[in-house]
Amino acid sequence: MSNVWSLVKKEVRSYFGSPIAYVVMFSFLLLVGYFFYSLVLWFNSQAMQMAQNPYYAQQVNINEMVFSPLFHNMSIVLIFVIPLLTMRLLAEEKKTGTDELLYTSPLKVGEIVAGKYLAALVLLAALLGLTAVLSIFVFAWGNPELAPWLTGYLGLFLMGSAFIAVGLFFSSLTDNQIVAAILTLMTLLLFLLLNWVSSLGSGAAWTKVVSYLSFSEHFEDMTRGIIDTKDVIYYLSVSFFGLFLAHSVLQSRRWR
Amino acid sequence: MIEVRELTKKYGELVAVDGLTFKVEPGRIWGLLGPNAAGKTTTMRILTGYLPATAGHAVVAGHDVFDEPDAVKRVIGYLPEVVPLYLDMTVSGYLGFVAEIKQVPKAQRKAAVARVLGSAGLKDVGGRLIKNISRGYKQRVGIAQAMINDPQVLILDEPTIGLDPAQIMEIRELIRGLRGEHTILLSTHILPEVTQVCDGVVIINEGRLKACGSFEELAASFERTDGVVVKLRRGTDEAALFRGIPGVETVAIEGSEIRIEWRRGRDLRDDVARLALDRGLGLREMRSLAGIEDLYLKIVSGRSEQ
Repeated sequence: MSNVWSLVKKEVRSYFGSPIAYVVMFSFLLLVGYFFYSLVLWFNSQAMQMAQNPYYAQQVNINEMVFSPLFHNMSIVLIFVIPLLTMRLLAEEKKTGTDELLYTSPLKVGEIVAGKYLAALVLLAALLGLTAVLSIFVFAWGNPELAPWLTGYLGLFLMGSAFIAVGLFFSSLTDNQIVAAILTLMTLLLFLLLNWVSSLGSGAAWTKVVSYLSFSEHFEDMTRGIIDTKDVIYYLSVSFFGLFLAHSVLQSRRWR
Repeated sequence: MIEVRELTKKYGELVAVDGLTFKVEPGRIWGLLGPNAAGKTTTMRILTGYLPATAGHAVVAGHDVFDEPDAVKRVIGYLPEVVPLYLDMTVSGYLGFVAEIKQVPKAQRKAAVARVLGSAGLKDVGGRLIKNISRGYKQRVGIAQAMINDPQVLILDEPTIGLDPAQIMEIRELIRGLRGEHTILLSTHILPEVTQVCDGVVIINEGRLKACGSFEELAASFERTDGVVVKLRRGTDEAALFRGIPGVETVAIEGSEIRIEWRRGRDLRDDVARLALDRGLGLREMRSLAGIEDLYLKIVSGRSEQ
């Protein structure tokens, strides 16, 4: 366990020792800040109009109208941001030859994978944590419900951690960071768009299976305050599967 | 301390190491010699547990590399060919990290970092980022990280490559200073380095063992003759005079020098010098013939005069 902790510390330090963490955080916060700003503006104008009509006035829901779309937008931005965070994790070690140090130290392959994964999770938590600052304004001047907000962030974190596992896997395949990033991005986009096929087959069994595999399918409920174990299990299994593949790739050096 | 038996490594069709067998005794410095692509780096990578072998056994410090890789990794230090440095770390920070993953007990880590900073001559650059230090210092950081866990066995892949002559001397001095406490296996293709630093050599070519032993043992088994090369003020005109010395087998003229050989086991150097002085030939230079270069070339090409 202390080995994993050593790797996490080193990895997090190296994120913040290079411009990567700052550039990624800056861009992410800028985009999310803009989304938040425009959603709040839109909500204000809608709320004004809807307040005219007693029937619609009851429908005004800041969770539904600001947070839910905000979380959706954030999940899309994460698809582009996560590959940039994960691309270097293993590819860079291979490129610079530092993997030779790791593999000739008494470290288990599982510890290396876990250390890298947890370090990226720390960064994801920091990214999401910083965006939570924006919500302070909504909570200070509005009266949104806390639960859907929390489950939304939980969903984002689970989804982000699944993305990281996928990115870690592709980073284990190559010593080229760009290749790792592109493969991760393509895979994440593919999985995002999988639920579009459900509109093709009009309820056929295969479209249900395919859309079940989609990232976005499982995020919907969480932005509304519903935690379905099916969704949580989906994200956890994607994470587990990605880590398992990365572990297998690294372990395969033993018999190749 | 290091024992390799029938070690074989194939990369697909390519055979990098082919049935290699050798043994290295503790407390001494051994050179692993061979031309490029002889299998030096592959052998070292197998010994350190970085690469699996296709067949054969390797035992380092009493532990089998394949059965107990972690036990081996705990007692060795390894400087790979490409020094594994995290450029964004400071020298001390990097050494601290290596101490952690090499499982140096927490209480001893600070002392271990201070010790290797001292012995590798890095005290002045401890707080600097690795990307900002010179190549010579980077190489020293590489050696320092290999020594951090006070290993019984040090494996150094080309420790002096790419350094300037002054830095090479410093690194050699550093390695020589480790003799006795550590068993060291270092690879190189700089031959004088071997004679200056090592107690013995393992010579491989095309993945096979060509020779293993101390220089004297190798010279004795691969060179039938011994001899000297002399340079005279009067040139090579009177070279034939040396044929008169009893025991001299061949006298050959090589440019402006005369090469005199006799059967190994005798020592006619005094006779050669006496003749040159008595006849007033003007002895300008005299050196031993059996240089490491000749020996190495003979061994690698597989020629033996026996």
